[in-house]
Amino acid sequence: MTGKATAAQQRVTPRRVGNAQRLDGQLSGGRITYAVLILFTTGSLFPLVWTAIAASRTNTRLAETPPPFWFGGRIFANLETAWSDGNMGLALLNTTTVAATISVGTVLFSTIAGFAFAKLRFRLKNVLLMLTIATMMVPPQLAVVPLFMLVAQLEWTNQLQAVILPTLVSAFGVFFMRQYLTEALPTELIEAARVDGVSSLRMLWHVVFPAARPAMAVLAMLTFVQAWNDFFWPIIALTQDNPTVQVALTGLGRGYIPDQSVIMAGALLGTLPLLLAFTLFGKQIVGGIMRGAVKG
Amino acid sequence: MAVPPAKQGGAAHRERLKAERKAERRNRRYRRGLRWSPYAFIAPFFLCFTAFGLFPLLYTGWTSLHHVSLNDPTAMEWDGLHNYTRLLEDEFFWNALRNTFTIGVISTVPQLLMALGVAQLLNYRLRGSTFFRVVMLTPYATSVAAATLVFVLLFGRDYGMVNWALGQVGIDSIDWQNGKWSSQIAVSSIVIWRWTGYNALIYLAAMQAVPNDLYESAALDGASRWQQFIHVTIPSLRPTIQFTVVVSTIGATQLFGEPLLFGGAGGQKGGASHQFQTLGLYMYEQGWINFHLGRAAAIAWTMFLILLVIFPLYLAVIWALRKNPGEKAT
Repeated sequence: MTGKATAAQQRVTPRRVGNAQRLDGQLSGGRITYAVLILFTTGSLFPLVWTAIAASRTNTRLAETPPPFWFGGRIFANLETAWSDGNMGLALLNTTTVAATISVGTVLFSTIAGFAFAKLRFRLKNVLLMLTIATMMVPPQLAVVPLFMLVAQLEWTNQLQAVILPTLVSAFGVFFMRQYLTEALPTELIEAARVDGVSSLRMLWHVVFPAARPAMAVLAMLTFVQAWNDFFWPIIALTQDNPTVQVALTGLGRGYIPDQSVIMAGALLGTLPLLLAFTLFGKQIVGGIMRGAVKG
Repeated sequence: MAVPPAKQGGAAHRERLKAERKAERRNRRYRRGLRWSPYAFIAPFFLCFTAFGLFPLLYTGWTSLHHVSLNDPTAMEWDGLHNYTRLLEDEFFWNALRNTFTIGVISTVPQLLMALGVAQLLNYRLRGSTFFRVVMLTPYATSVAAATLVFVLLFGRDYGMVNWALGQVGIDSIDWQNGKWSSQIAVSSIVIWRWTGYNALIYLAAMQAVPNDLYESAALDGASRWQQFIHVTIPSLRPTIQFTVVVSTIGATQLFGEPLLFGGAGGQKGGASHQFQTLGLYMYEQGWINFHLGRAAAIAWTMFLILLVIFPLYLAVIWALRKNPGEKAT
């Protein structure tokens, strides 16, 4: 960095506090740092790895001491049982449909509403924005009873739209897009487009969406993960006949003598798609969460 | 704006008038579009939001004043405040409230402290820092259901991995599911496992926004790493910490999936003696097991009221904290 930093370095380095050194203004981690982080990541991964280990064993082997630490040979047999007993094929299809629809809806509606809140002038704008932010704090439990009554009356029980429609928009999404677009979309660009007589819809397509694309991708990923893992509302609105993955998983555990290895195989099936996405897009997802955090 | 250049001669007078009128019409339509487009842009959100968020929120309050059965949700019978007064006399409600509070504290406090520590470590220059960050976030991608089912096995009384590991260091087996504290610790550990990495990333993002000069001048003053952490990092992170505390508190009041599935069959009771029944579970039990939707609605509103009481308290504490060490730290 600058000369000032080098001066600071010279004064601090001789003392060499802890196990880190200041270089270029940033401390670099020492051995203890790595050790703690490796321990922590092991803790993060262990339950997942062990799910796979348990899914590859028999139920009787799981009920022995010590518990298994390495993979056995029954993984495919257990996956097959989970697939047929837990209705996992339908569950995965349903969950994918639900999560994809919710993501598309949330991203689209959040982007246009966020754009309006960030860059357009209209009456009651601040009141409506405050209302949106305030309801982010309301627990979802508060809406469940009437939603259930509504769904029952529309005879939507056990149908996917009962899960999709109530979560199709998100106050967080609107707020997130507003924060992003306030900075990422120069007001001059909109004014210039206005002077050229660009209509509002074309403005969305040619100016707003391109500018919002990075944040849209982040919001899509976050929404997808959330919708995939949603538990509270689906378990009330759906039954085992037409489940999402999370609902199906609770069904697997409800037999007279639940077969733990099959349950673990089901858990593995329900988690793998997201873990796969994490290995592919992990960096972007992490970046997105960190960016959303600073602005939110 | 869009008026064509008036270079034509006088012969094209009518033509020009026509063009002008056309331009004016287009202009008016364009203005109207500008005027109404903001409303069109927020309309889909607010329509959905009102129908499935705001209206149910208020209607829950209305329902809570009625006797409503799950068998016939349309038949509502006015009941006044009975659902609420009944709650206050119900020992299971107070039990659930206490459990929600204790589980909330023992899951949130360690989670945020650990996240802060891990974020600090991740903020050093590291090899493979992206790898650490991604791996740390994988629990976040794991569903409540999948995570809890695994933890149920890990916390098994007879053959669970946790008790086996404790046995290796000479500690007797713990009946994780049936003890009051042990079961609440086990439930909290699922929450901690899923959310620590996520919070660590949020803290890390905030740490990276702290200007380096602050550390440099602290170092010039001879502050140690620990002192820098306490006097520079933590004060700069205060808004972020407040944010995560609020979000975690809301999350804690809603705790549902973890205790439900940790309880196995009949999990809505939160264990044989309701030892880990949370308010979320209690509401589910009243509404969907005992068929009292009115009572469930009253529990939901009570949860909301509790949050409304907690937040001003938080704000008061935050305000008090800001008054004192704020001047010293910066």
